[in-house]
Amino acid sequence: MTRISVKVDGTVYQDEVEPRLLLIHYLRDRLGLTGTPIGCDTSNCGACTVDLDGASVKSCSVLAVQADGSEVTTVQGLARDGEWTALQHAFHERHALQCGYCTPGMLMAARDLLRDNARPTPDEVRHALEGNLCRCTGYQNIVRAVLDAAETAEQGVAT
Amino acid sequence: MSEVGTARLRKEDARLLTGQTRWTDNIDATGMLHLAVLRSPMAHARVDRVDVSPALERPGVVAAFSGADLAEGMGSLPCAWPVTEDIVLPDHPPIATSEVRFAGDPVAVVVARDRYAAADALEAVEVEYTPLPPVLDLEEALAEGAPLVHSDKGTNRCYDWPLRTGEDFAEVRRRAEVTLKRRYHQQRLIPNAMEPRAVVVTPTAASDEYTVHSSTQIPHILRVMLAVVTGVPEHKLRVVAPDVGGGFGSKLQVYGEEAITLAVARRLGRPVKWTESRSEGYLATHHGRGMIQDIEIAANRDGTLLGLKADLLVDMGAYLMLVTPGIPILGAFMYPGIYKMGSYELNVTGVFTTRTPTDAYRGAGRPEATYAIERIMDELADELGLDPVELRRRNWIRHEEFPYTTIAGLTYDSGNYEAATDKALALFDYDKLRAEQADRNQRGDTVRLGIGVSTYTEMCGLAPSRVLRDLRYAAGGWEAASVRMLPTGKVEVVTGTSPHGQGHATSWSQIAADVLGVPFDDVQVVHGDTRAAPQGMDTYGSRSLVVGGTAVHHAATKVVDKARKVAAHLLEANEGDLEFTDGVFSVKGSPDARRTIQEIAFETFTSHDLPDGVEPTINAGHLTDPDNFSYPHGTHLCAVEVDTETGQTRIRSYVAVDDVGRVINPLIVEGQVHGGLAQGIAQALYEEAVYDEEGNLVSGTMADYLVPAAPDLPEFVTDRTETPATTNPLGVKGVGEAGTIASTPAVVGAIVDALRPLGVRDLRMPCTPERVWQALKEASA
Repeated sequence: MTRISVKVDGTVYQDEVEPRLLLIHYLRDRLGLTGTPIGCDTSNCGACTVDLDGASVKSCSVLAVQADGSEVTTVQGLARDGEWTALQHAFHERHALQCGYCTPGMLMAARDLLRDNARPTPDEVRHALEGNLCRCTGYQNIVRAVLDAAETAEQGVAT
Repeated sequence: MSEVGTARLRKEDARLLTGQTRWTDNIDATGMLHLAVLRSPMAHARVDRVDVSPALERPGVVAAFSGADLAEGMGSLPCAWPVTEDIVLPDHPPIATSEVRFAGDPVAVVVARDRYAAADALEAVEVEYTPLPPVLDLEEALAEGAPLVHSDKGTNRCYDWPLRTGEDFAEVRRRAEVTLKRRYHQQRLIPNAMEPRAVVVTPTAASDEYTVHSSTQIPHILRVMLAVVTGVPEHKLRVVAPDVGGGFGSKLQVYGEEAITLAVARRLGRPVKWTESRSEGYLATHHGRGMIQDIEIAANRDGTLLGLKADLLVDMGAYLMLVTPGIPILGAFMYPGIYKMGSYELNVTGVFTTRTPTDAYRGAGRPEATYAIERIMDELADELGLDPVELRRRNWIRHEEFPYTTIAGLTYDSGNYEAATDKALALFDYDKLRAEQADRNQRGDTVRLGIGVSTYTEMCGLAPSRVLRDLRYAAGGWEAASVRMLPTGKVEVVTGTSPHGQGHATSWSQIAADVLGVPFDDVQVVHGDTRAAPQGMDTYGSRSLVVGGTAVHHAATKVVDKARKVAAHLLEANEGDLEFTDGVFSVKGSPDARRTIQEIAFETFTSHDLPDGVEPTINAGHLTDPDNFSYPHGTHLCAVEVDTETGQTRIRSYVAVDDVGRVINPLIVEGQVHGGLAQGIAQALYEEAVYDEEGNLVSGTMADYLVPAAPDLPEFVTDRTETPATTNPLGVKGVGEAGTIASTPAVVGAIVDALRPLGVRDLRMPCTPERVWQALKEASA
C-alpha cells in the first residue's frame, strides 16, 4: 500500500492505495466520484478522461499513485457554484449528447483543446477529439458545440 | 404555442453534463460483492472438469461457482421468437455446464469483496477442456457430416422461413428481359454502446425480494424473463434501468450474467455487482448482422421491375438469444423496399455457428434488406444504362398511390418518395457532381468520384400484437402510459418505454404539455422502473414514439376529458359548451366563466365538489396497441472520393433527407439521424467482427475493431420532408434507425460507382483501403 495525497475537484484526499490501482477506480470506487465513467479497457474510448495538472488524461491509463501530489479535475468539478461552463452550455444547446456516457470525457478533452487553441477549426476539433469515442451523435453536434464554446470563451466566459 | 415541433433543449442533459449520473456501475450497496466471469478461451470444447476451489483461497474471495454449481433451479435463457413450428431450439444455460460453444461462453464465476480481487481469482479456477471442431462457415455448416454446434440436435440448420407472394418467380424470371444475381455479405458487427453492460442485484433476503439494476433497454421484459429463468417469483422482482449509456439493440436482451448475478445474490443474501469490461463485452454481448444474401432481380429493359428473389443464410451464432431468429424476419418484408413488382420469393435459413450469438443491432434486419435491394438496383441501373435515381423513379410507389399494399404484404400508409428525392438531389447538387465524375473518369484521375443513392423505407413502431402473434413472437406490441395531474397542477407522465439516449423525457413532456395545455417544465416523465412504471414493452425498433408517444397522447386526452366534466360541473355549463385552449376551460360566449386545468386538478384533489359518479383526482392510463407499423422513408445521397493508388475512401458530401412523419422535436430528430448515419457509414467503411479459423475473435478489443472517431466521419447535410403517418394521432413514424438503414448502401454504392469504370463490380464490407486496393488489382488483372 502506498500513501497518496490528491486534490480532486478542489478537495484534498489522503489515502492508502494499492500500487496497481488505476486512477479511474480510485475516483469511482474509493472517492465515490462516479461522474467519470469507464468505457473500455484499452484506453481507446476516452470516456474516463479527466484533467491531471492541466492536461487531459485517460484516467484508466494512470495509476492512482502517479496522481500523488497532483490536482485532478473531473466533470463533477467543472461547474462553479452551480454555474456551468461555456462548454457545458454549448453541449446542451447543440444537442451534443444523447446517452451522455462519453460526455464527461468529451468535455474534458474539449476543455484541454480550447486551453491550447482558443479558436480551433472544425478539423482541429475533430482531431483533438480523436481519442474520445461517441456512438450516439455522429460527432457533428459535438464539433459544433466545441466551436460555439470557443466563440463564447473569446467573449470572456470560462470554458 | 405548440410544444410539438419545437426544438426544446433536453431535460435529460443537466445530470449528464455535470456527472450526476446513475449508471448501473455507479450503484453501490453496503456489503456489495463483485462478480467476475471466467470465459471459454476456445470456440468449441467439451468441459471435462471445473474446479473453483483454488479461487476460494485467494484474498477477498467470498464464493465461486461452476456452471454445474449454479445449474440447479436455473432455466434456459429464453428465445421469445421461435419463428417456425419446427425451429431447432437448443438448451441455453446461462453458464455452460458440459460444453462451450463460443469463445466467451461463461464457465465459472468468482465473487469477491472488490473487483480487482474477483478478477485476480479467476486465474485460479481450474478448467479442463477437450477441444471440439469449430463451426464457422455458414455454407459448410449445412453440409452433410459437418461438425455440430449442438450435437443433440443433429443439425446446424436452425430454421427455414419461406415467403412467396405474387406470381411465381421462376415464371417471372423466364419472361424477364433482364435478370441479375448478386451475393452480398453482411459482416458481423459489434454494437458498442459506450456504456458496458452491468447488473447490480440487491436482495431483501428475508422476503426473497430483489431489486435488479441493469443497463437494459427492456426492464419490463427482463423482469418476466428473469422470473422464468431463475424461479424468483415475478412479484418479488423489481427491475430498474437507471441511466443507460446507449443500447442500439445490444441491451434488448436477457443475458446470462443478469440471471447469474441474481442467482448468486439470492444464494449469498448479499448485493452483487457484475460489470463487463469492453473486451469481455466483445465476446459476450450479442453481435449484429452476420448474413449471406443471394439476391436475384428480374426486370424489363425499360427498367420496370418484375420480381425479386432473396435467399438468406443467417448466422445465429451459438445460441438463440431473445429475438435472434426473428431479426431476419423483420427484414423479410422489406426486401422489395419502396418498389412495385409482381413477384417476391424469399427464404431465410438460420444457421448455428460457434460464434457469439447474434441478435438485434440498430435497424435489425431492415438495414440488411435495404442494403440488398438498393445495391442490386444500382447494378440493374448499370446493366440497363439508366441513371440509378431514374431507375428508382420508374418503380417506386407514387405519392397518390398511398395507402399501398406491397408485394410483401405490408400496407404503407403514407409516403412521398418524389418530394424527399427531389429535395435531396437539390441539396446535393447531383448534376454538377455527375459532371465532375465524368470529367475525372475521362482524365483518368487517380482520385475517382462516385455517387451513391439510397431511397429507403423502413418498418417502425413494433407492432400490432395480432401481427406479432402471426409471426410467432411471444409478446405483444402494445405500450402503456399514464398521466397524473398532481394537486398543484404539475404533471407526472409514466411511460412503459425505456430510453437510453433518445430523449423521451423531453419529447414525452412536449406531447403531454400540448394536450394538457400546461408548461413544458411542469411535466415530469418517469420511466425504466418496473415499480414506478409497472407496465410496458420497452424501447427498441423505433417503437417508442410511435407506440409509447401515442399512449401518452391518449392518456393525456383522457385527463382532459375528465377535467372537462369537472369544469362543466363547476361552471354550471354543458360539456359541449366548453372550449379548451392553452389549459383553460371557458364557456363559449362567456369568456369570463373559466377554470384552468390546474384549478381543476386541485378541485379533484380536494374532491369537495365533484359531479356525481366522478372519482377523486385525475389520473388516466392508456394502453395502445397499434393498427399498423409505421413507414418512415427518405433519400440519402453520398459522394465519395476514392484514391485508386491507396484504396482510401473519403466521404466528400453526404445528404440525408428523411421523412419521419410529424416531428415532435427537430433537435432530437436531427441528432438521431446523425448517430444513425455514423453507424451505417461505419458498417460500410470500418467495422467488422473478425474471427480466425479456430473461431477466436481477432477483433477482440477497441484497438482492433474500428469504431469511427470524429475525424473519420464527415459533416452531414440533413433535411426533412414531412408526410404524417395516418395510423396514429400524432402522425409520427419513428427515426432511430433511419440513418443506419439508409447510409450503408449509399456509401458502398458510391464507392462501386467510383470504381466501376475501372472494372470493379462489387466490394465486400467494410470497404477498407486494403479491400478497395485488392479489388482494383483484381479488376485490372
